[in-house]
Amino acid sequence: MQIDDTDRRILRHHLADPEMAGAELARRAGVTAATAWRRIERMRAAGILGPVRAVIDWRALGWEVEVSLRFTLDKTHPRAFDDFIAAAREVPEVTSIETFLGRVDVRLTVIARDMAHYAQVYRDRILRLPHIADTEALMLVATIRDEGALPL
Amino acid sequence: MIEIDATDRAILRAMAEDAGQGAGAIGRALGLSQPAAWRRIRRLEEAGVIAGRRVVADRAALGFGVTVFLGVKLATKGRPSLEDFERAAQAIPEVQVVQHVLGLFDYRLRVVARDIADFERILRRRIMTLPGVGQVEANVLLSEEARPGPLGFG
Repeated sequence: MQIDDTDRRILRHHLADPEMAGAELARRAGVTAATAWRRIERMRAAGILGPVRAVIDWRALGWEVEVSLRFTLDKTHPRAFDDFIAAAREVPEVTSIETFLGRVDVRLTVIARDMAHYAQVYRDRILRLPHIADTEALMLVATIRDEGALPL
Repeated sequence: MIEIDATDRAILRAMAEDAGQGAGAIGRALGLSQPAAWRRIRRLEEAGVIAGRRVVADRAALGFGVTVFLGVKLATKGRPSLEDFERAAQAIPEVQVVQHVLGLFDYRLRVVARDIADFERILRRRIMTLPGVGQVEANVLLSEEARPGPLGFG
Protein backbone atom coordinates (compact mmCIF):
# COMPACT_ATOMS: atom_id res chain seq x y z
CA MET A 1 0.00 0.00 0.00
CA GLN A 2 1.13 3.57 -0.72
CA ILE A 3 0.92 6.17 2.01
CA ASP A 4 0.11 9.80 1.18
CA ASP A 5 0.66 13.15 2.88
CA THR A 6 -2.47 12.78 5.02
CA ASP A 7 -1.20 9.44 6.34
CA ARG A 8 2.18 11.01 7.02
CA ARG A 9 0.63 13.91 8.97
CA ILE A 10 -1.37 11.46 11.09
CA LEU A 11 1.64 9.19 11.62
CA ARG A 12 3.91 12.04 12.68
CA HIS A 13 1.67 12.66 15.72
CA HIS A 14 0.61 9.07 16.32
CA LEU A 15 4.18 7.72 16.41
CA ALA A 16 5.39 10.59 18.62
CA ASP A 17 2.57 10.03 21.12
CA PRO A 18 0.51 6.84 20.70
CA GLU A 19 -1.60 7.74 23.73
CA MET A 20 -2.93 10.93 22.14
CA ALA A 21 -6.73 10.74 21.96
CA GLY A 22 -8.31 10.36 18.52
CA ALA A 23 -9.93 13.81 18.52
CA GLU A 24 -6.66 15.56 19.41
CA LEU A 25 -4.71 13.52 16.87
CA ALA A 26 -7.26 14.45 14.17
CA ARG A 27 -7.13 18.13 15.11
CA ARG A 28 -3.32 18.26 14.94
CA ALA A 29 -3.22 16.37 11.65
CA GLY A 30 -5.95 18.65 10.23
CA VAL A 31 -8.42 15.87 9.42
CA THR A 32 -11.74 14.67 10.87
CA ALA A 33 -11.67 12.09 13.66
CA ALA A 34 -13.34 9.58 11.31
CA THR A 35 -10.58 10.05 8.71
CA ALA A 36 -7.81 9.69 11.29
CA TRP A 37 -9.38 6.50 12.63
CA ARG A 38 -9.95 5.05 9.13
CA ARG A 39 -6.40 5.84 8.00
CA ILE A 40 -4.84 4.26 11.10
CA GLU A 41 -7.00 1.15 10.71
CA ARG A 42 -5.98 0.91 7.04
CA MET A 43 -2.26 1.12 7.95
CA ARG A 44 -2.79 -1.50 10.66
CA ALA A 45 -4.50 -3.83 8.20
CA ALA A 46 -1.60 -3.35 5.74
CA GLY A 47 0.91 -4.22 8.48
CA ILE A 48 2.57 -0.80 8.38
CA LEU A 49 1.47 -0.24 11.95
CA GLY A 50 1.88 -3.06 14.45
CA PRO A 51 0.84 -3.29 18.09
CA VAL A 52 1.28 -0.50 20.62
CA ARG A 53 3.72 -1.66 23.28
CA ALA A 54 4.22 -0.46 26.83
CA VAL A 55 7.71 0.89 27.52
CA ILE A 56 8.99 -0.49 30.83
CA ASP A 57 11.31 1.62 32.96
CA TRP A 58 13.49 -1.00 34.63
CA ARG A 59 15.02 1.55 36.97
CA ALA A 60 11.58 2.12 38.51
CA LEU A 61 11.59 -1.60 39.33
CA GLY A 62 14.98 -1.44 41.01
CA TRP A 63 17.13 -2.55 38.05
CA GLU A 64 19.66 0.26 38.36
CA VAL A 65 22.32 -0.87 35.90
CA GLU A 66 21.98 -1.02 32.10
CA VAL A 67 24.87 -2.04 29.88
CA SER A 68 25.10 -2.21 26.12
CA LEU A 69 27.30 -5.22 25.36
CA ARG A 70 28.78 -5.35 21.87
CA PHE A 71 30.04 -8.67 20.53
CA THR A 72 32.18 -9.80 17.66
CA LEU A 73 31.49 -13.48 16.97
CA ASP A 74 33.76 -16.22 15.71
CA LYS A 75 32.34 -16.36 12.17
CA THR A 76 34.46 -19.33 11.16
CA HIS A 77 31.70 -21.27 12.91
CA PRO A 78 28.70 -21.49 10.54
CA ARG A 79 26.11 -21.44 13.34
CA ALA A 80 27.77 -18.68 15.36
CA PHE A 81 24.85 -16.22 15.08
CA ASP A 82 22.08 -18.80 15.61
CA ASP A 83 23.76 -20.44 18.61
CA PHE A 84 24.68 -17.15 20.23
CA ILE A 85 21.20 -15.63 19.83
CA ALA A 86 19.42 -18.79 21.02
CA ALA A 87 21.58 -18.86 24.16
CA ALA A 88 21.16 -15.10 24.77
CA ARG A 89 17.36 -15.55 24.74
CA GLU A 90 17.73 -17.80 27.79
CA VAL A 91 19.35 -15.05 29.88
CA PRO A 92 16.62 -13.24 31.89
CA GLU A 93 18.68 -10.05 32.23
CA VAL A 94 18.83 -9.55 28.44
CA THR A 95 16.15 -7.05 27.35
CA SER A 96 17.04 -6.74 23.65
CA ILE A 97 19.05 -8.51 20.96
CA GLU A 98 20.20 -6.66 17.84
CA THR A 99 22.32 -7.81 14.91
CA PHE A 100 24.50 -5.49 12.82
CA LEU A 101 26.51 -5.05 9.70
CA GLY A 102 29.78 -3.45 10.75
CA ARG A 103 32.52 -3.99 13.28
CA VAL A 104 29.92 -5.17 15.81
CA ASP A 105 28.01 -8.40 15.04
CA VAL A 106 25.50 -8.52 17.90
CA ARG A 107 24.50 -6.18 20.67
CA LEU A 108 22.72 -7.17 23.87
CA THR A 109 21.10 -4.83 26.33
CA VAL A 110 21.72 -6.29 29.79
CA ILE A 111 20.16 -4.99 33.00
CA ALA A 112 21.11 -5.73 36.62
CA ARG A 113 20.03 -4.67 40.09
CA ASP A 114 23.43 -3.16 40.95
CA MET A 115 27.09 -3.43 39.94
CA ALA A 116 27.73 -6.56 42.03
CA HIS A 117 24.75 -8.25 40.37
CA TYR A 118 25.98 -7.10 36.95
CA ALA A 119 29.43 -8.56 37.60
CA GLN A 120 27.79 -11.86 38.48
CA VAL A 121 25.52 -11.91 35.39
CA TYR A 122 28.46 -10.96 33.18
CA ARG A 123 30.71 -13.70 34.54
CA ASP A 124 28.16 -16.49 34.96
CA ARG A 125 25.83 -15.93 32.00
CA ILE A 126 27.27 -13.58 29.38
CA LEU A 127 30.84 -14.85 29.09
CA ARG A 128 29.46 -18.38 28.73
CA LEU A 129 27.53 -17.52 25.56
CA PRO A 130 28.90 -19.47 22.58
CA HIS A 131 31.26 -18.29 19.83
CA ILE A 132 32.33 -14.94 21.33
CA ALA A 133 35.49 -13.62 19.66
CA ASP A 134 35.52 -10.23 21.37
CA THR A 135 33.25 -8.11 23.54
CA GLU A 136 33.16 -4.56 24.86
CA ALA A 137 30.78 -2.79 27.19
CA LEU A 138 29.13 0.62 27.17
CA MET A 139 27.55 1.46 30.50
CA LEU A 140 24.46 3.65 30.30
CA VAL A 141 24.79 6.92 32.20
CA ALA A 142 21.63 8.65 30.96
CA THR A 143 19.13 8.48 28.14
CA ILE A 144 18.89 12.02 26.80
CA ARG A 145 16.36 11.26 24.10
CA ASP A 146 14.35 8.18 23.14
CA GLU A 147 11.74 8.85 20.48
CA GLY A 148 9.58 6.59 18.38
CA ALA A 149 8.83 9.37 15.89
CA LEU A 150 10.13 9.22 12.31
CA PRO A 151 11.07 12.37 10.34
CA LEU A 152 8.13 11.85 7.94
CA MET B 1 10.75 1.69 43.88
CA ILE B 2 7.51 -0.29 44.12
CA GLU B 3 6.99 -3.92 44.99
CA ILE B 4 5.25 -5.94 42.30
CA ASP B 5 3.79 -9.43 42.49
CA ALA B 6 3.36 -12.22 39.94
CA THR B 7 0.08 -10.72 38.68
CA ASP B 8 1.73 -7.34 38.07
CA ARG B 9 4.52 -9.09 36.20
CA ALA B 10 1.98 -10.88 34.00
CA ILE B 11 0.25 -7.54 33.31
CA LEU B 12 3.56 -5.92 32.36
CA ARG B 13 4.42 -8.84 30.11
CA ALA B 14 1.05 -8.58 28.35
CA MET B 15 1.34 -4.80 27.94
CA ALA B 16 4.91 -4.99 26.66
CA GLU B 17 3.51 -7.24 23.90
CA ASP B 18 0.30 -5.33 23.17
CA ALA B 19 -0.81 -2.36 25.26
CA GLY B 20 -3.63 -1.65 22.83
CA GLN B 21 -5.79 -4.31 24.47
CA GLY B 22 -7.88 -2.80 27.24
CA ALA B 23 -7.85 -3.55 30.94
CA GLY B 24 -10.85 -5.83 30.34
CA ALA B 25 -8.96 -8.12 27.94
CA ILE B 26 -5.82 -8.14 30.07
CA GLY B 27 -7.86 -8.91 33.19
CA ARG B 28 -9.78 -11.73 31.50
CA ALA B 29 -6.57 -13.46 30.45
CA LEU B 30 -5.39 -13.37 34.08
CA GLY B 31 -8.67 -14.08 35.85
CA LEU B 32 -9.07 -10.50 37.11
CA SER B 33 -12.10 -8.22 36.82
CA GLN B 34 -11.77 -5.20 34.53
CA PRO B 35 -11.66 -2.72 37.48
CA ALA B 36 -9.04 -4.81 39.31
CA ALA B 37 -6.82 -4.96 36.19
CA TRP B 38 -7.36 -1.25 35.57
CA ARG B 39 -6.30 -0.37 39.15
CA ARG B 40 -3.11 -2.39 38.81
CA ILE B 41 -2.24 -0.82 35.44
CA ARG B 42 -2.92 2.61 36.92
CA ARG B 43 -0.59 1.89 39.86
CA LEU B 44 2.21 0.72 37.52
CA GLU B 45 1.81 3.88 35.46
CA GLU B 46 1.83 6.15 38.49
CA ALA B 47 5.00 4.49 39.80
CA GLY B 48 6.65 5.13 36.43
CA VAL B 49 7.13 1.42 35.72
CA ILE B 50 5.08 1.85 32.55
CA ALA B 51 6.97 4.84 31.19
CA GLY B 52 4.95 5.28 28.01
CA ARG B 53 3.71 3.63 24.85
CA ARG B 54 5.50 2.92 21.59
CA VAL B 55 3.95 1.96 18.25
CA VAL B 56 5.70 -0.82 16.37
CA ALA B 57 5.93 0.56 12.82
CA ASP B 58 7.32 -0.99 9.64
CA ARG B 59 10.00 1.64 9.07
CA ALA B 60 10.96 0.27 5.65
CA ALA B 61 7.34 0.52 4.43
CA LEU B 62 7.34 4.15 5.59
CA GLY B 63 10.43 4.89 3.54
CA PHE B 64 13.11 4.51 6.20
CA GLY B 65 15.03 1.49 5.03
CA VAL B 66 18.15 2.05 7.09
CA THR B 67 18.72 2.28 10.85
CA VAL B 68 22.25 2.92 12.05
CA PHE B 69 23.73 2.97 15.54
CA LEU B 70 26.59 5.39 15.98
CA GLY B 71 29.21 5.30 18.69
CA VAL B 72 30.51 8.84 19.14
CA LYS B 73 33.61 9.90 20.98
CA LEU B 74 33.98 13.55 21.82
CA ALA B 75 37.22 15.18 20.68
CA THR B 76 39.87 15.46 23.36
CA LYS B 77 41.08 18.77 21.98
CA GLY B 78 39.57 21.85 23.54
CA ARG B 79 36.98 21.30 26.23
CA PRO B 80 33.93 19.75 24.60
CA SER B 81 30.70 20.66 26.34
CA LEU B 82 28.36 17.73 26.89
CA GLU B 83 25.37 20.08 26.98
CA ASP B 84 26.22 21.59 23.59
CA PHE B 85 26.65 18.17 22.03
CA GLU B 86 23.43 16.81 23.53
CA ARG B 87 21.37 19.84 22.56
CA ALA B 88 22.58 19.72 18.94
CA ALA B 89 22.25 15.93 18.62
CA GLN B 90 18.66 16.00 19.88
CA ALA B 91 17.75 18.64 17.32
CA ILE B 92 18.53 16.35 14.37
CA PRO B 93 15.18 14.91 13.22
CA GLU B 94 16.74 11.61 12.08
CA VAL B 95 18.26 10.97 15.53
CA GLN B 96 15.76 8.90 17.56
CA VAL B 97 17.93 8.00 20.52
CA VAL B 98 20.75 9.81 22.32
CA GLN B 99 22.39 8.00 25.22
CA HIS B 100 25.30 9.15 27.34
CA VAL B 101 27.51 6.11 27.99
CA LEU B 102 30.79 5.15 29.63
CA GLY B 103 33.32 3.04 27.80
CA LEU B 104 34.87 3.10 24.36
CA PHE B 105 32.48 5.90 23.33
CA ASP B 106 30.82 8.83 25.06
CA TYR B 107 27.47 8.68 23.25
CA ARG B 108 25.27 6.19 21.43
CA LEU B 109 22.96 7.54 18.73
CA ARG B 110 20.23 5.75 16.86
CA VAL B 111 19.73 7.27 13.41
CA VAL B 112 17.06 6.49 10.79
CA ALA B 113 17.64 7.19 7.10
CA ARG B 114 15.85 6.55 3.82
CA ASP B 115 18.79 4.61 2.37
CA ILE B 116 22.58 4.44 2.60
CA ALA B 117 23.02 7.55 0.45
CA ASP B 118 20.66 9.45 2.75
CA PHE B 119 22.59 8.14 5.76
CA GLU B 120 25.85 9.40 4.26
CA ARG B 121 24.29 12.84 3.85
CA ILE B 122 23.12 12.85 7.50
CA LEU B 123 26.53 11.64 8.68
CA ARG B 124 28.46 14.29 6.77
CA ARG B 125 26.19 17.27 7.16
CA ARG B 126 24.64 16.68 10.58
CA ILE B 127 26.70 14.27 12.66
CA MET B 128 30.27 15.21 11.71
CA THR B 129 29.39 18.87 12.31
CA LEU B 130 28.11 18.33 15.87
CA PRO B 131 29.99 20.42 18.46
CA GLY B 132 32.90 18.51 19.97
CA VAL B 133 32.45 15.40 17.81
CA GLY B 134 35.53 13.19 17.52
CA GLN B 135 35.73 9.59 16.40
CA VAL B 136 32.50 8.05 15.04
CA GLU B 137 31.75 4.37 14.47
CA ALA B 138 28.69 3.24 12.50
CA ASN B 139 26.95 -0.14 12.61
CA VAL B 140 23.94 -0.80 10.36
CA LEU B 141 21.05 -2.51 12.16
CA LEU B 142 20.02 -5.80 10.53
CA SER B 143 17.51 -7.12 13.07
CA GLU B 144 16.19 -6.27 16.50
CA GLU B 145 14.29 -8.34 19.02
CA ALA B 146 12.76 -7.02 22.22
CA ARG B 147 12.93 -9.54 25.07
CA PRO B 148 10.63 -9.63 28.12
CA GLY B 149 13.71 -9.42 30.35
CA PRO B 150 13.32 -10.60 33.95
CA LEU B 151 9.50 -10.47 33.54
CA GLY B 152 9.54 -13.53 31.32
CA PHE B 153 11.17 -15.72 33.93
CA GLY B 154 8.85 -16.43 36.88
